[in-house]
Amino acid sequence: MASVAHSFMKIFRGSSPGPGHLPSPAQTTKRLSRRSSGLAELGKSFASEEPLCVLDLGSTSAANIRYLTERGHKMYSEDLLVASTDPSLPIKDDAGNPVLDSKRFLADNLAYRPGQFDIVLCWNLADYLDESLVKPVVGRLWSLLKPGGMLLAFFHTHEAGPDAPCYRYHIVGGDSLEMQHVDPRREVRKGPTGVAHTTIGTGVRLQRVFNNRHIENLFRDFSSIKFFLARDHIREVLVVR
Amino acid sequence: MDTPKTAEFAHIGKSLIVKGELTGSEDLYVDGQVEGSIDLQGNNLTVGPNGQIRANVNAKGVIVQGKLEGNIHATERVDFRKSAIAVGDVITQRVAIEEGAYFKGKVDIGKPETRSDFKVASGAAVGAGSPIPGVAGKTPVTDSKKV
Repeated sequence: MASVAHSFMKIFRGSSPGPGHLPSPAQTTKRLSRRSSGLAELGKSFASEEPLCVLDLGSTSAANIRYLTERGHKMYSEDLLVASTDPSLPIKDDAGNPVLDSKRFLADNLAYRPGQFDIVLCWNLADYLDESLVKPVVGRLWSLLKPGGMLLAFFHTHEAGPDAPCYRYHIVGGDSLEMQHVDPRREVRKGPTGVAHTTIGTGVRLQRVFNNRHIENLFRDFSSIKFFLARDHIREVLVVR
Repeated sequence: MDTPKTAEFAHIGKSLIVKGELTGSEDLYVDGQVEGSIDLQGNNLTVGPNGQIRANVNAKGVIVQGKLEGNIHATERVDFRKSAIAVGDVITQRVAIEEGAYFKGKVDIGKPETRSDFKVASGAAVGAGSPIPGVAGKTPVTDSKKV
C-alpha cells in the first residue's frame, strides 16, 4: 500500500498551520456528541459477561475506563499519538527522507504479548499518525488481537478537509460517543533517571485521507472488514482478525 | 491532600533525591525524586508537580500531579491531575483522571465491597454512575473527597 498511496497520502502535507492556528481553550473543552454504528457493533461484545481485554489507543479517557471496567472488562490505555512525538524517533530512510523510526517506536510502545486483546479502540489514530508508523502499528495490532478479536478505527473522508480536528473519544453509551478536541504535542522533560517524559500540549493535524481501497489494503491481513459511513465525514471501520 | 502542610505530611522537597525503599506509616508528599519502591500501607501519597517517581507504590490513596513510572496499588483511590504523567499499571477501587493527564498502562478496578465508581474532574463529563454487573442498584459518582 505504501508505494501506491505514498504520494496520495501527502495530500495534506506541506500546508502546516501557522502559529496562530492553535485552538482556543473553548475549542478544546467543548464536547460534541455522535452516534457510532461501529461502537454499537462492539457493544454486543461489551455486553458479554465474559471479561474482555480492551486496548484504548486514544487520548486517556476516564469515561472509557469507567465504561469498560464497570462491565468487568480489563482496560489498557496507551496514547500512541503522543508517543509518536518522541524526539528520539526521527531518522532518515535510505533515500534520505525524514521518517520516524518504527522499530524503536514499537520497542517502546504496544509491548504486549501476542493475542492478548479482544478489542482494540483505534479511534482516529491512523489519520493523524506519521505515515512511517501506520503500517507497522497496524501489523503489531494484528498480532496483539486474538483470532476473532475486533478493531474499531475512524477515517476521515475527503470532505472533512485538511484542518479536521483530532478528537478524544469518550464512550457515553452503547452507541454514543462524546468527542473532545485534543491536540497532542510532546513536551520533553527529563525524569529522575534521565528518561524523557511527555505531557500533552498542542499541535497535531490530519496527515492524509485514506479511501476505501487504502483502508482495505491497510487491514488486508484481517479476516473481515465492515464500513459504516457517518454524516460527519467519518468512515467507521470495524475489522476482525 | 491538595495543599499539604508539612506538619501533616512527611515531605520530600524538590531538591531531594531518594534511591531505595521508602516505607512509612504516615502520609507522604513527594516533590523531589524517588527511585525504588514506596510502601505506605494505610496512608496516602501525593506526588507534587515537581515530583518524579520511578517506583512501585503501595498506599491507601495516591494523587499524581507530577511524574510517576511504576505500578500503583492503592486500596482506595488514585487521582491523576491534569499535569500528571503516569506510566504503569493501576490497581485500585476508584480512579479519577483530569483532562490533560497522560496515562499509559492497565487499570484494574477492584470491587471489594459494594461499589466501584469513578469521579472525573475538570468537566470530563462523566455523568451519574452506572450499575455494576452483579451489584444491585445504581452506583453513585461521589464528590471529590479528601483522602
